[in-house]
Amino acid sequence: MKSLGRFYLIATLVFLYTPILVMMAMGFNESQLYELPFTFSTRWYDALWNNKILLTAGMNSIIIALITSVVATALGTMASVALSRRTFRGKSLLQLMLLPPIAIPWLITGTAMLIFFYWSGIGRGMHALLIGHVALAIPYVVLVVGTGFRTIRADLEEAAMSLGSTPVHAFFSVTLPLLYPSILGAALFAFAVSLDQFVISYFLATPGYTTLPVQIYSSIRKGFTPEINAISTVLLLGSMTVILIFARFAKPGDTRDKR
Amino acid sequence: MTNVKVNSVAKTYGTTPVLADITTEFADGSFTSLLGPSGSGKTTLLRIIAGFIKPDQGLVMIGNNDVTDVPVWGRNIGMMFQSYALFPHMTIAQNVAFGLERRGIRGAEARRQVDRALEMVRLPGFGDRTPKQLSGGQQQRVALARAIVIKPSVLLLDEPLSALDRRLRQEMQVELLRIQRESGLTTIFVTHDQEEALTLSDKVAILDKGRIVQIGEPETVYEKPLTRFSAEFLGDSNFLTGAVEDGAVRLADGSLIKSTSILPATGSTVTLAIRPEKMAIASGSTAENSIKARITTVIYAGPVLSYHLETADGLPLKLFAQNRDGTVLKEGDEISLTWSAQHTVAVAD
Repeated sequence: MKSLGRFYLIATLVFLYTPILVMMAMGFNESQLYELPFTFSTRWYDALWNNKILLTAGMNSIIIALITSVVATALGTMASVALSRRTFRGKSLLQLMLLPPIAIPWLITGTAMLIFFYWSGIGRGMHALLIGHVALAIPYVVLVVGTGFRTIRADLEEAAMSLGSTPVHAFFSVTLPLLYPSILGAALFAFAVSLDQFVISYFLATPGYTTLPVQIYSSIRKGFTPEINAISTVLLLGSMTVILIFARFAKPGDTRDKR
Repeated sequence: MTNVKVNSVAKTYGTTPVLADITTEFADGSFTSLLGPSGSGKTTLLRIIAGFIKPDQGLVMIGNNDVTDVPVWGRNIGMMFQSYALFPHMTIAQNVAFGLERRGIRGAEARRQVDRALEMVRLPGFGDRTPKQLSGGQQQRVALARAIVIKPSVLLLDEPLSALDRRLRQEMQVELLRIQRESGLTTIFVTHDQEEALTLSDKVAILDKGRIVQIGEPETVYEKPLTRFSAEFLGDSNFLTGAVEDGAVRLADGSLIKSTSILPATGSTVTLAIRPEKMAIASGSTAENSIKARITTVIYAGPVLSYHLETADGLPLKLFAQNRDGTVLKEGDEISLTWSAQHTVAVAD
């Protein structure tokens, strides 16, 4: 049984990582048409460095993802606090309404947003992309932070208050430090949701302001070059580094205390 | 040093009254247990005194201060929770120092007081550990140290020992009592464990359906229960019901039972409570009261033999007998039980 489990694990990892590794390797191959034999070259990275359109789109993506991550995490965490620790009218309805957006196909959300933004005069462009991405990311943040909240007993805050803390002080000195791995996880989630986002970005981007996924899509339609592999590799390594640092320190899923 | 008073305190959730007009006083330096089944309102009363719940009506006084409108963090209480509630992201020393810091005590003075509190709960040198490195009993000691280091006006304990296993609980009871005596803190202790309440308290308050049905010293509450509920909830009890006649009680089977309790008027129905250990198996002697019964179940528990019996009328009775000479009666044996009038207590239903 144990060896079977190990086999499944290895098979899963192979299927997950082989295409990615091949994609990364081809970014270093001389041939434009992905021909073998493999000849090492940094040619496509040089080309990428000079491809201002792709680089700008990449930069846009990162900026939007960063802002989305910060704004959605702040708003979503506040919503989580209210939903976990307070009682108010309409709370269960609100709680219920937060989840469907995760299940609604992005194509539908995107179309709805495009129509609404056009009709309301918000229009398209960076600001529209930000609004769209933040709205999309908040439910994920509420979900992740809310799960974190459930692991923190309410009587910890009560203990702090019995010792002289105001509710605000109790929150910042007790709850927030314990919640911090969940908040960090939620921020990464929001960052990934934004960085990954193609459908909604495609609808809300303007010709002058696009994000990387949208730009890659347009580039592929014009003609595929390994520059795409190169920028994908850069992006991949960047986000992998962030995730691995997070996993190293926060150990998601590990409820034991760090010794 | 401070006493605690609650005056006409009531609390209703929706349409369910949880506490109905409670008035009582907890004397300075005393140890009082609030004992009752779940839903009796004991925890609600404690949380009203702590300030976590605002009563619908009534006053809470700590010392000479009316604290009814003072929030928890302004009441200077020490509280222990069922789940220990230690801050997992802080060391033991940081946990204990938390309340001191809120009172502006920091640095060397804080360290000195933390060390002294940890010595008091017999965990000297544990300051640098984290809560997760401690056993349940040790965590509970830290929680106690954290609650008393701030020199609270009142110590509130919300079933703090219920999560511990039996041995550890008994050990902690002794510790708790020692520290309470040393510190002289007015202590209010919520529990549903009757033995714990009897062992620890200067006074026991028995709560039922949002009311204090009886409050008094453990011996008084145990020996002279006022109501059927008190008699049943605190310990075991046999109940006999009959009509008052010539200063005694006539049972349905015709026997006359004497009691030293004040009985209601002749002709009215009354319930008598007799503790199972106060009854004895008749051996020719003439005690004031006696009744015949048949043994239905024998429970052999080593030092104590516990018999379940039934009278001819089908009334169930219990008898606790010391295992003095090793004779154990058998199921089906017909015996005569005797007891004195002094241990026959008239109780309200």
